[in-house]
Amino acid sequence: MKHIKAFGAFWYDFVVGDDWQVAVLVVAGLALTAILTHAAKLNAWWLLPLVVFAALGWSLHRATAHKR
Amino acid sequence: MNALPLILTVFVACVVEAVEALTIVLATGLTREWKSTFQGMAAALVVLAVVTAAVGPAISYLPLTALRLVVGALLAIFGLQWLRKAVLRATGFKALHDEASAYLREVAAAETATKEARRGVSDWYSFTLAFKGVLLEGLEVVFIVITFGDNQKDVGAAAIGAAAAIVVVTLAGIAVKAPLTKVPENWMKFSVGVMLTSFGTFWGAEGAGVRWPGNDAALLVLVPVVALAAAAYIFWLRGRGAVRAAAAAPATSEVIGS
Repeated sequence: MKHIKAFGAFWYDFVVGDDWQVAVLVVAGLALTAILTHAAKLNAWWLLPLVVFAALGWSLHRATAHKR
Repeated sequence: MNALPLILTVFVACVVEAVEALTIVLATGLTREWKSTFQGMAAALVVLAVVTAAVGPAISYLPLTALRLVVGALLAIFGLQWLRKAVLRATGFKALHDEASAYLREVAAAETATKEARRGVSDWYSFTLAFKGVLLEGLEVVFIVITFGDNQKDVGAAAIGAAAAIVVVTLAGIAVKAPLTKVPENWMKFSVGVMLTSFGTFWGAEGAGVRWPGNDAALLVLVPVVALAAAAYIFWLRGRGAVRAAAAAPATSEVIGS
């Protein structure tokens, strides 16, 4: 059990890293893009880049808000 | 798409990882013994080869749309992680990764560890340290090679970029026999973060069903836009740091004065 936990923790840290909210935002952005593209027939190519910039800004803001 | 951007992206990403692995290997080999260090390196390379041989072809069996969706999401998340760290380091909110101090830390630890023979290896400490260092840094290389290579249907080109990086860093390490402190690691990480995020966004959105304006040519716009956005965040955070420092200064002088 200990090894499975360590294995999972390694991959979590490897892919997700310090801020899990970035991963959640990217996945949510992709899901919304798929919904808009397939259900609403809207070619929402602009959505994911906006989500990515927002996720980076949000993560940086949270990381630096209480420092210095 | 031309193979050159693929090779260059993988090359730069792998140089960063190879420099970090080299620091660990040099610290272990020069402080303790080379034979066990090389055995650890070789064992890690075998594991990496097995992982690549197993995962690489398995991923390529996925339909292209699903592959791009999954790999795009992973690359965008992975790339944002790199970009976040690079921006925080460039603005002083996180300490720069210093190969010289990392080397000294490894040397200090290696000098105090006891020597113990195990499973045919004369120095188990050197073996495990080299094994872990090469394996962990190597996994990132494998991840980048497989994701970029499979998506572009050109694993060979990605492998060339990775192999070239490893050869260049190894030769440089042999030449200087010291950690490569002159490598501008943070700016390379920033560049790689930009590339991983851009490619991840591009492929992820394609996997979600989007048709990019200009098809592949959209990447020529996306990459500089991501770089500019990240650079804008650097200016923003530098400004935020300066404002905080200025706000803290009078308070400090008041304390000193009282």
